[in-house]
Amino acid sequence: MKFIPNSPLKKQMLKEISLSSIDELFLDIPKSIQINHLDLPDGKSQMETEKHLRILANKNKDCNELLLFTGGGIKPHYIPAVVKSITSRSEFFTAYTPYQSEASQGFLKAMFEYQSMIASITGMDIANCSLYDGATAIGEAALMATRITKKKTFLIPSNLSSEKKSVLMNYGQGADLTIKEFTYDKKTGCINIKNLEKIIDEQCSAVYLEIPNVFGILEKNIDTIETLVHNNNSLLIIGIDPLALGVIQSPGDLGADIVIGEGRNLGNPMDFGGSSLGLFACKSKYIRQMPGRLIGLTHDADENEAFCMTLQTREQHIRRGRATSNICTNEGLCSLAAVSYLSLLGANGLQKLSEENFEKGQYLKEQIIKIDGFSEVFNGIHFNEFVIQSEKNVKEINKKLLKSNIQGGFLLESWFPSLKNTFLFGVTENHTKEDINRFIKVIKGVSNV
Amino acid sequence: MFKSAVYSEPFLNELHSKPIEKPTPHKSIPSTLIRKKPLDLPNLDETQIIRHFHHLSQMNFGVDTGIYPLGSCTMKYNPRINEVISNWDKFSCIHPYQDESTVQGTLQMMYELEQMLKEITGMYAFSLQPAAGAHGEFLGMILTKQYHTSKNESDRINVIVPDTAHGTNPASASMAGYNVIELPSTKDGAVDVDVLEKTINDKTACFMLTNPNTLGIFESDIDEIARIVHDAGSLLYYDGANMNAIMGKARPGDMGFDIVHLNLHKTFATPHGGGGPGSGPVGVGKKLEQFLPIPRVIKKKENYHLSNDFKESIGKIKQFYGNVSVLLKAYCYITLMGGNGLKEASEVAVLNANYMKEKILQKGSYELPFRSLRKHEFVLSCESLLKKKGIRAMDIAKHLLDNGVHPPTVYFPLIVKEALMIEPTETESKYDLDCYIETLCKIADEDTEKIKDSPYNTPVRRVNEVDATKKPVLTWNQI
Repeated sequence: MKFIPNSPLKKQMLKEISLSSIDELFLDIPKSIQINHLDLPDGKSQMETEKHLRILANKNKDCNELLLFTGGGIKPHYIPAVVKSITSRSEFFTAYTPYQSEASQGFLKAMFEYQSMIASITGMDIANCSLYDGATAIGEAALMATRITKKKTFLIPSNLSSEKKSVLMNYGQGADLTIKEFTYDKKTGCINIKNLEKIIDEQCSAVYLEIPNVFGILEKNIDTIETLVHNNNSLLIIGIDPLALGVIQSPGDLGADIVIGEGRNLGNPMDFGGSSLGLFACKSKYIRQMPGRLIGLTHDADENEAFCMTLQTREQHIRRGRATSNICTNEGLCSLAAVSYLSLLGANGLQKLSEENFEKGQYLKEQIIKIDGFSEVFNGIHFNEFVIQSEKNVKEINKKLLKSNIQGGFLLESWFPSLKNTFLFGVTENHTKEDINRFIKVIKGVSNV
Repeated sequence: MFKSAVYSEPFLNELHSKPIEKPTPHKSIPSTLIRKKPLDLPNLDETQIIRHFHHLSQMNFGVDTGIYPLGSCTMKYNPRINEVISNWDKFSCIHPYQDESTVQGTLQMMYELEQMLKEITGMYAFSLQPAAGAHGEFLGMILTKQYHTSKNESDRINVIVPDTAHGTNPASASMAGYNVIELPSTKDGAVDVDVLEKTINDKTACFMLTNPNTLGIFESDIDEIARIVHDAGSLLYYDGANMNAIMGKARPGDMGFDIVHLNLHKTFATPHGGGGPGSGPVGVGKKLEQFLPIPRVIKKKENYHLSNDFKESIGKIKQFYGNVSVLLKAYCYITLMGGNGLKEASEVAVLNANYMKEKILQKGSYELPFRSLRKHEFVLSCESLLKKKGIRAMDIAKHLLDNGVHPPTVYFPLIVKEALMIEPTETESKYDLDCYIETLCKIADEDTEKIKDSPYNTPVRRVNEVDATKKPVLTWNQI
């Protein structure tokens, strides 16, 4: 049998431990619940398996066949070959959580470098070595804010994606958090500061906001908001797209206390939404309230540099019911991809990449709003995603685009019922000028019919 | 003879970097936001990067390096074909909001994986959304809450766990807002049915159990346990970390469990990735089905759809649909193994564990507290070595590293003193098991000083973890 080298040695091994059959090893399972077989097909050979999966694969259209202009925080980005080459080292990917430091120095050092780079680009003191994804990171940040401030009201923008909201609600219910929403300015798409001022009160543990936000908008009044939040003795939590950090200031410079984000964009494929990578960074004074694994620098018995997991007394395997989080397995290999990707880009590369994403975002939008029947919904400055109002039915347009192998915008109405007939478009460095021009030509054609 | 590669590898930011350029972001970016100073990352060349990480990889131990019998972690071989398939663009380069007609292959895979997991566990329905085992537990607790709330019994505020439970169990329950009550085990290392009956009441929301438990002991009273739990109106939760012991032999659904999580990165051979990405699908009985997260994959005629049409759903536990790349690898694994292959995997996992256990006990250096017959793992105690020679479980673990093998889980479960928790899995050969047994037993006879000073052959000597916590240094900038 596959992957069971002792398959032919069963009899011999049983005999050596004075047993005569496999059944004797399962005598402790009551007869009433024993089963004989699983009603699953017989195993396939590797060749057959590959052929079977090829059939499934051919029912998908990947982003090479389908030109994607869909927003929603996840888009096709170019992943340099170096990244896969590094994450394919099986000393890395077949290892587990580095409980035994001496045998895990390689992965530990890589994670220390990941923490260093994430802390650096977010402008925070420290970062952990991953959470599940950007959405669960908001949940963990909300719980952490309550542990720090002992206050239980968490403020979020009303235009947080409904998926993230739902995850946050589930994370918050155990700690009895009250989640309140502040509105956005219908013209700019930025935060409605007057409304935030009205809602924030002494019970507020933290205010969460995103740069860019769900509409792609770059918040223009961040300094006013920062003052407002901190004067209220609340924490400021900023959610980021790391690829925007080459054109905007680090959230640390903007006054954030905790920074979270979806890190998939750093060298990990879309994978239909998962695997994912939850970024989590904060000020060092909050270190003991942080969720997730932390890798620390220390020394060995010979006083040489060494790394290990540290502050484990925060974690479930030590603290059990009183841990800061229940997380155990995280997204280690995705962090490794991220640190490899950031190493390859460097400061210059990330800045250029950010600029390119920003500029392509502007270019695509300008081309779309030139077409009759399309207009910009918000006049705030956006990054590489933006919202477009359509006079014609958006579903119909997407259907027609699909016939030309183009996946159009995300239909925002499914998250925000008031935004009827709007698209959330997204574009990245992965789209060439030709891709964009082809898209414009096709969408012009299908919307004029 | 084992000797790990050792490099004095500089940090990435100590390597020669090209000059950092000033950013030139577009002027239309709001003045409060616009980047003024450059990012602080080294600008390296591809050669430097590859060599750096290549060196680091050589200072790391994985399943491919050698036997890795970390108890409760099921460190089995990761078939390479699964890696190849999951890297196909057709699977990895698809967007979660693509039109359903363009992702039928992946949706079919997810739908069929659910059917497979239902058959393996005997549960009624599955959610593939959780990203790891603990995440599945957390979802299980949220489902528990929703279930009791729907029955107007939200005053059930306690969750019971055995003292042998994984740390994630109490942590997940408490994160969902429950009080955790710990149940002492019997002298056999199993659930004390009498104590359970006395502890459980109309305030109990759930009893979390792993079967076989973390000692590797099958809870033979499971029928009685399920009866007691259900009579009290509570739910019974199955921590599937130990599922590798019973595939094709018994099913949590048949044992009366209401909620089950699986660890695809354990039982179903997807790589642990240095600590993820994992996947922790959750299966439930019929009475909990309507609460499962959305969207769910449904099949209509020959087509697959993502449906949000479940009004009583708890909503979402993670963005999108779960760690789909991991789901795909598990799907490939189950396809390769088939029903019989999975059954044999569990049989040999149990055989390997009992073989090791017997052989080690024959040599007399280690003790086995509690009942003898074990499933896929067993927990030795080296308490007598501590008394006789001052050697601790951690010392043994470190000296195992000198021999090119990975140590067992140590100091867990907490009810075994100086615990060595060994789970060989079915993918290890008899030769490797024999070598491990010999090495472990030889260590017991070694000179105490030598063992206490180990390891010697690893990239670093014994790491001082205490100093790391005194003044934590977590980034380059803090050095």
